[in-house]
Amino acid sequence: MRYLPKSPAEREQMLAEIGALSIDDLFAVIPAGHRLNRDLYVPRAYAESEIIDYFRAAGAKNATDYASFLGAGAYRHYRPVIIDSLIQRGEFLTSYTPYQAEISQGTLQAIFEFQTMIAELTGMDVANASMYDGSTGAAEAVMMAVRVTGRHKAVVASTVHPEYREVLATYAKHQGLPTTLVGYNAETGRLDLAALEAEVTQETAAVLVQSPNFFGVIEDIPAIAAIAHAKSALLIVSIAEAISLGVVRPPVEADIVSMEAQSFGVALSYGGPFCGVIAAKEQFVRQMPGRLVGQTVDSSGYRGFVLTLSTREQHIRREKATSNICTNQALVALMATIFLSVYGKEGIRELAEHNLAKANYAAQTLSSQPGAKLLFKGAPRFHEFVLQTEESPAQWSQRLLDNKIVGGIDLSRWYPELQNCTLWCATEVITRANIDTAANALAAKLVEAL
Amino acid sequence: MTTDAMILPRATTGKVRSHQTQNEALLFEKSSPGKRAYKLPPLDVPEVDAATLLGAAHRTTPGELPELSEIEIIRHFTRLSTWNYAIDLGMYPLGSCTMKYNPRVNELVARIEGLAEAHPYRPDSLAQGILEVIELLQRCLLEITGMDAITLQPAAGAHGEFTGILLVRAWHESQGNARKKILIPDSAHGTNPATAAICGYTVENLKSNSEGGIDLEALTRQVDEETAALMLTNPSTIGVFESQIAQIAEILHAKGALLYMDGANMNALVGKARPGDFGVDVMHLNLHKTFSTPHGGGGPGSGPVACKTFLEPFLPTPVLHQNENGTKSWSYDRPNSVGRVRAFYGNVGMFIRALAYILANGPDGLRQTTEDAVLNANYIRAKLEDIYELPYKTASMHEVVFNDKRQRALGATTGEIAKRLIDYGFHPYTVSFPMIVHGALMIEPTESESLEELDLFIAAMRAIAREVEETPELVKTAPHSTRVSKLDEVQAARKPILRWRRTA
Repeated sequence: MRYLPKSPAEREQMLAEIGALSIDDLFAVIPAGHRLNRDLYVPRAYAESEIIDYFRAAGAKNATDYASFLGAGAYRHYRPVIIDSLIQRGEFLTSYTPYQAEISQGTLQAIFEFQTMIAELTGMDVANASMYDGSTGAAEAVMMAVRVTGRHKAVVASTVHPEYREVLATYAKHQGLPTTLVGYNAETGRLDLAALEAEVTQETAAVLVQSPNFFGVIEDIPAIAAIAHAKSALLIVSIAEAISLGVVRPPVEADIVSMEAQSFGVALSYGGPFCGVIAAKEQFVRQMPGRLVGQTVDSSGYRGFVLTLSTREQHIRREKATSNICTNQALVALMATIFLSVYGKEGIRELAEHNLAKANYAAQTLSSQPGAKLLFKGAPRFHEFVLQTEESPAQWSQRLLDNKIVGGIDLSRWYPELQNCTLWCATEVITRANIDTAANALAAKLVEAL
Repeated sequence: MTTDAMILPRATTGKVRSHQTQNEALLFEKSSPGKRAYKLPPLDVPEVDAATLLGAAHRTTPGELPELSEIEIIRHFTRLSTWNYAIDLGMYPLGSCTMKYNPRVNELVARIEGLAEAHPYRPDSLAQGILEVIELLQRCLLEITGMDAITLQPAAGAHGEFTGILLVRAWHESQGNARKKILIPDSAHGTNPATAAICGYTVENLKSNSEGGIDLEALTRQVDEETAALMLTNPSTIGVFESQIAQIAEILHAKGALLYMDGANMNALVGKARPGDFGVDVMHLNLHKTFSTPHGGGGPGSGPVACKTFLEPFLPTPVLHQNENGTKSWSYDRPNSVGRVRAFYGNVGMFIRALAYILANGPDGLRQTTEDAVLNANYIRAKLEDIYELPYKTASMHEVVFNDKRQRALGATTGEIAKRLIDYGFHPYTVSFPMIVHGALMIEPTESESLEELDLFIAAMRAIAREVEETPELVKTAPHSTRVSKLDEVQAARKPILRWRRTA
């Protein structure tokens, strides 16, 4: 009970001042039949050292010494040390949503800076204070497009992250929002533009694509935008790998961008917490979900920041709100803001170029192994690529694991037509030695000890 | 013993604005070309030409990110941090928000390499450690709630509500009729009606009775064959336990409707009573409230949803499965599932922290925590009810709700009293909520406050009440000691400036 700042005598004193005979008096309002008259069956109280031991043991069972080529919406990048130093300051860590602006200026200014950075990177006019993650952000972006256009259908690229599409399906099901899926070109891995053109109609609220897409291929955004806009539908671009924006042209033709900002200094943490964010053209701001920070002045004319346009939100509008979102991912957005401050204008480009180089070397090296082939060669990629092998992934993956390598993820789990195809990711933390070891193990060649 | 005199308004002088720590510019305004806070290791693979590789997809105009050195970034965010109030600085009595101490060991264990660096798609065989953590947390939360099955996937409380109401809907659909409406008391959080709406239900308002609780007659009248569920916060937003909860459940169940519980106020119940034992069918928890994960200036949260056995088939995909050989894996074979509500498995970093909190407390600690939270709220009530009007006299649990009737008569509102509280070194309570209390002051001290801190808070509240009588202008123009004074919210909304832009 080391977190409870009271002595037994103080508890007695307080009860006396309340006029209660015992603590049970304060719980008497709970009908006797509903009261729990036994200990909870949870582990006994641990000492702090035991807690650390327990989680260290769990961490060790997870195996830490593997190089991993996994990506697919969760990316391992180097995390500068000062991120954790700064976000563990109690004033950031243990504060609430900045509703009381006068004593929350630190959080508010940092969110304003986050909004600015996201707008700059995505080429949009405005960005919000964060969403739960890239998947829910994409679903909320589609619902936002429905509000903007007054239309009730969405067209979705099959190259959007499959789990994002599943989340959208969960949301869309109860919104009277049918979605149709458009496939990809088997040569390029890009969205099939002819099929898209056939699907988009005057009833389409939004076209949702991802770029780089789930195969790591960069979509032809200007062409997709032209098709969507020809029918006055909105274009939503989902970005799962935010680092790509250091070197990939931002989707300026989009109306809404939904981004997963995990790559900006956020640990993988087995899939969360991550950091979604929605950015958009200025004219759509009043239909945006989530919190927004705006600049204003105090009564002496000093610059300050406040949560604004909150008449969109659930605590004011209740069932007419743009979303039910309340708590977002503020501290994770702060991590992203610090990360982007560290790399800055030049660093984000240099970092993205390193990713491009690593993935290019990995794609060439792995695909030149016997029985291996690189798919979707006809379009530009960022740092992921699809490898097709003669052997099934089940056959070669153990050879890689024996060499402390986690290879690419099997795509047939989501795309049955892509048998023996795996999605590989090489970020800046992958070394040439990792790639060479993986290539040799893939080829079943004897691997020399590193 | 602290007396009022010891903490009387020291002033109205404000902070020294000229000091550089109080005038930190925006990152973008501090930037100058060529500064660096990073260095990449030498590239160990051949360089590539991005323009050639990417063609038309190559970015030629960089985003306007700041260029700074490491020390400037450290100073920038450290200075900003000092402009925030925080639990670490003092009492943060926001009702409904449960601003309790965030233990630091939680932060340490969440960063253990094997847990923090685990990729969500790594093979289950390399993830047994984290799966065991998730499984133990699930078991603890089921025991605490008295429910049968659980998902940890929802990212926050409102997301948990969404998931829970989807379960309700899926179950009704399996019975042949999704039904049309959700009943929501007028005392509810705004997320409840917003959630019902995005799940495709209409919202029907349920008027509270004279004690601020559920009016059984109105409920009986309003529940019909088209009612999917009642969304109930228990204890309610005025901090009162619904003592007729069993009857409420019965009335609903008799018409085939379900009882959803918003678990925002579980800090009043852990170890003392279990929703599963009093008729709740499905509920969400807020790990960032009850289980001490940090609020972080607005998130991340985590909103697990627990339910009874009959709702289990509908839980989001995937669910954690125990294999016969003792290992654990994710099961995707869920034909009746409502689907996914989020990519991957949830805010796992928050699971680790919540479990660390449960382990630090054990059964005795969890119960004592709840008792102290309730004791603190009742102590504040006893010490302030002669000065601030208590609209509902019903017994308080973990929070107490006053109104500003007496102070308003003298010209000061709850919002102004709240701002004045800042000058006394406290974060304001929750203002003007719940909506059934006009001019509400909603105070939730949590268990984390010592007697000394509580007495200081009480003295401040009493001093402000006196100021309202004697020097009301002092209250109405508060806060006086902050870095910025009252901010112009109207201007912010009328001509929104939502980002910095370079001015030529």
